[in-house]
Amino acid sequence: MATSLPKTEGGPAVSRSAFRRSRGDGPFRFLSVGSGVILLAIMAAIAVFLVVKAIPALQANTSHFLTELTWNPNATKPVFGIGALAFGTVVSSFLALIISTPVAVGVALFISHYAPRRLASILGYVVDLLAAVPSVVYGLWGVTFLVPFMLGPSKFLNDYLAWIPLFGGDSVVGKSMLTASLVLAIMILPIIAAISREVFLQAPKLQEEAALALGATRWEMIRMAVLPFGRPGVITAALLGLGRAMGETIAVALIFPATFTISFRILSPNGNSIAANIANGFGEATPIGRGALIASGLVLFVITLVVNTAARLIIARRKEYARAAA
Amino acid sequence: MTVQTGIQPLSFGRRAKDQAVRALVYLAFAIAIVPLVSVLWLVVKNGLKRFDLEFLTHSMRNIGARDAGGGAYHAIIGTLEQVLLASLIAVPIGLLTAVYLVEYGNGRRLSRFISFFVDIMTGVPSIVAGLFVLAFWILVLGMPFSGFAGALSLSILMMPVVVRSTEEMLRLVPNELREASYALGVPKWRTIVKVVLPTAFTGIVTGVMLAVARVAGETAPLLLTVFFTDSINEDPFNGPQMGLPLYVFGQSSLPQDIAIDRAWTGALTLILIVMLLNLVARLISWWRSPAKRG
Repeated sequence: MATSLPKTEGGPAVSRSAFRRSRGDGPFRFLSVGSGVILLAIMAAIAVFLVVKAIPALQANTSHFLTELTWNPNATKPVFGIGALAFGTVVSSFLALIISTPVAVGVALFISHYAPRRLASILGYVVDLLAAVPSVVYGLWGVTFLVPFMLGPSKFLNDYLAWIPLFGGDSVVGKSMLTASLVLAIMILPIIAAISREVFLQAPKLQEEAALALGATRWEMIRMAVLPFGRPGVITAALLGLGRAMGETIAVALIFPATFTISFRILSPNGNSIAANIANGFGEATPIGRGALIASGLVLFVITLVVNTAARLIIARRKEYARAAA
Repeated sequence: MTVQTGIQPLSFGRRAKDQAVRALVYLAFAIAIVPLVSVLWLVVKNGLKRFDLEFLTHSMRNIGARDAGGGAYHAIIGTLEQVLLASLIAVPIGLLTAVYLVEYGNGRRLSRFISFFVDIMTGVPSIVAGLFVLAFWILVLGMPFSGFAGALSLSILMMPVVVRSTEEMLRLVPNELREASYALGVPKWRTIVKVVLPTAFTGIVTGVMLAVARVAGETAPLLLTVFFTDSINEDPFNGPQMGLPLYVFGQSSLPQDIAIDRAWTGALTLILIVMLLNLVARLISWWRSPAKRG
């Protein structure tokens, strides 16, 4: 009896699935599963095709890709490496993160726990607007306004704080690592603020009220009930912001001085990033040059993949954050 | 007997700390608003200089480096076509994936796998999406630079956003509606098409509009797939096109002041388009929000 019905346990399930099939559920289900699989296929294809097109260039390279600093893939004897670019990408993004996270957490607390309830959602929307400004507009703003504007503060830092290696160096310019990091910081601020805000809003109300009832001030309540709950969420938000900062292209392509050196002097004319180099170098790239840019893009893809996966794993461990992750 | 009340005034230190933190939090918000105001102010102030009929109706063809005039008509046309094509690709795939995750997934391994990779896909840098289309579509398949190639790369960036917003909307549809439909003997797929999707329709539209607004401002992928042109090319399937973000990027890397002026006006046009899409999305969600109806 039951042996004639494959792969199901119990009668009703079988008859229901048979009923569904007879009414045309199959094709629709196939379409929706297929779409999901297409998404997976695209992710796989990104990795595969970047590797495929990077290999010829990597074979033509006369230096070591991971350690070489210069970028000269268009020469007859191609010499290029990811060293300086990866350094610039990581340093500028971390600098942006250091600048942005405290402000973003402040903004999130302001909207979740300080602003009047009626105003909060409007103010939150205003901060979200920062994310709606296209990155090329930040680039234009950065290169025409922020670059000249930063000259003053940079000179000040160089004059008085040159004993800190970051601010040392003899030549101080507006088109520096610091300015680029500042633009990145502005661009990732709404991302970090939005996720932190969602997490802070989900802090257990009972614990907050208990803290206040025991006579805690608002700050003490936040420190005891909100921040410990929100910490993993803020870390996730910061990691997602970091991933975004690393992949940001156009805004920093206009600002970075596009050198190929490794230096921590963030006020001096040096700095570049993988993404900015692709945008600036693509126009005059030879076939080998394009391959080299694709190889550098592959490195960027892997770095952001690692950062984003780490962020998602942290958030996935905590069920109560389920809504904030979206 | 004297009764002592337990309530004592806040000590100076605790009050000072509380006030200091309050000041810092307000300051953080003010700091976050400064760049937004600065960007918008400069875009409007500098953009209005050239925001005229010529800008909206002329291309950059035969406009020399030092010539004034010229416009972004070719770029506006390009952006609209590319974004439309990207939506035509990304919306059905994103929508159906969300339907799978919510209606069929049921915590199966495949659905958790897809859900995880949708998250990861959200984090794919836009330039990598461009590089992928360059490597796959243009270098391997030998297709030309075109608006459609740009649309392909934009659709990769749109898909995860559409999936996530649609998924959220589908989860808001009450289960009772589905059960009522099943009880009437309606098959699952007709329930989804006739009951679940219409119920979530406005929310889905809002999400799609926000996704469109997000990709409309993307520059990096277009740079690698659409290339540059100064002329009007209305055919998105053949030859290099232009896009508004590309136009701003191109003009802002030129040294002449007239080019920078054009870049600002391009930025103003782009922001107006993006803001308009955002506004429409908010209006749709406000107009049909359950809170307002109830």
